Amino acid sequence: MSESSKTDVIVVGAGPAGVSAAITVARGGKKVVLVERGNFSGSKNVYGGVIYSHAAQEIFPNFKEAPIERFVNNKSFMLLSEYDSTTISYKNSLTEDGSFIALRAKWDKWCVEQAKKEGVYLAPDTTVRNLIVENGDVVGIETDLEKFYADIVILADGANSLLAEQIGLKSKPKTKQVVLGVKEVLKLPSAVIEQRFGLIDGKGAEFKIAGGPLAGLFAMGLMFTNKESVAIGIGASLDDLKSKKIAPYELLEDLKHHPSIAPLIKDGELIEYSAHLIPEGGIEPLPKLYANGVMVTGDAAALVNNVHFEGTNLAMFSGKFAGETALEAIEKNDFSANMLCLYEKKLQNSFVMKDLRTYKDVVKLVSGRTESFLGYYPQKVNEFFEIFTSANGIEKKSLFVKFTKNFFCKRSLAELFSDAITGIKLIFGVLK
Amino acid sequence: MSDLDKKLYKNTFKTSQTSHLHPDDEQCLQCLEKVCTIICPAKVYNYNESEKKLTVSYEKCLECGACRIACKYIKWNYPEGGKGVVYKNS
Repeated sequence: MSESSKTDVIVVGAGPAGVSAAITVARGGKKVVLVERGNFSGSKNVYGGVIYSHAAQEIFPNFKEAPIERFVNNKSFMLLSEYDSTTISYKNSLTEDGSFIALRAKWDKWCVEQAKKEGVYLAPDTTVRNLIVENGDVVGIETDLEKFYADIVILADGANSLLAEQIGLKSKPKTKQVVLGVKEVLKLPSAVIEQRFGLIDGKGAEFKIAGGPLAGLFAMGLMFTNKESVAIGIGASLDDLKSKKIAPYELLEDLKHHPSIAPLIKDGELIEYSAHLIPEGGIEPLPKLYANGVMVTGDAAALVNNVHFEGTNLAMFSGKFAGETALEAIEKNDFSANMLCLYEKKLQNSFVMKDLRTYKDVVKLVSGRTESFLGYYPQKVNEFFEIFTSANGIEKKSLFVKFTKNFFCKRSLAELFSDAITGIKLIFGVLK
Repeated sequence: MSDLDKKLYKNTFKTSQTSHLHPDDEQCLQCLEKVCTIICPAKVYNYNESEKKLTVSYEKCLECGACRIACKYIKWNYPEGGKGVVYKNS
């Protein structure tokens, strides 16, 4: 092998995990090649709307210079029924820059520009087809055009990590282990967005949405404000879409037409329609995170906290840990799994694995009772508020008695018991 | 043009000369559910009843990989480097 086709570290995929890994290696003074299949970094990326400042700051202390759309100061939860909704909004005027919205095509590109300034070599337009394995060690990559070697390969190739599957670090996910997200970006004037969402000073809003057209499915909606567009999307369990024969774009169309949503996006002109898979993090069997000469990061390792819609921050930290581990491995000239297990230790000691452990049963439990938790109860919340906020000459007590009776009558005791047990398991699962 | 195609028309695609999606025609003949024709967010797959063949409009693929997970007989790979969908606002 010639010296020109060998480097210290190859990182596959220039998303948040990949760029964080690559820049960490470059900062440690080692040679790193960052391979991206897209024309530019960010061109294949889709997300749920929020990048967390704590993670951005960790990798890019100057992240506020990046092309950010809006810092988020309105975090809302919307429970939909067929014709009504209840929204809880959290706003904090003191800490308004804990998270921000960015267009991935601009944000990821900016991140890679920073990485290049710090010595990362970017290879765009390059799809990696195979990992080169010699004597049980990953020693390089094979693209459409050539073979390229490195002491360590870091996989950051996203939810469809064909490479991690290829070398047996994980098996192909089952339909229950992935959520399919589809999203539309609707262009609206900035002033209209700010008026409709009650925003000032260029701040932004993000919404998490349950119920309504999504009721009974393991599915959630999301909506967030860019500078001059509003993004609206759904994420639904692929297993539910498959077994109930539902087209994802029809579900999104139904959500857009809900009477509580439609006025917010009225006259928005569609400028982009995207789709992406989201791994259900923390579900067994967990992917193996490393082997001889290789580590897996971000979505490729299913490092996603679905309860809090967190992914980019887990990705960035996992990339950083993989980069740090690579530096130590190079220092010791040991690229074996024995050495690289340091990466897993770093993840275990951080919020990444601690949070995934905390929530490991939540998805399983809720997905078993979706009709209740993402359908029946949101509807009951709306029924309660309909009574509470209406005046119609009928005494309130009788309405509340009827509501309470209904609550129990429309639910068999077995169902209520099962929900209560699930609720208790959820609370104890999280707190234990 | 269907409503979905009108949406897809707004996206930028750098079309490759060859398809990166390869269903197994033999298996399609026996398949009753044809789940790929339902769950694909771009409706890349359509079953042509008269020709008894799955048509694959790979040029509008959003590269999500849902079909890869939902059907074990579709050979799925990424398009060649630099090709396929180019997201600018997502």
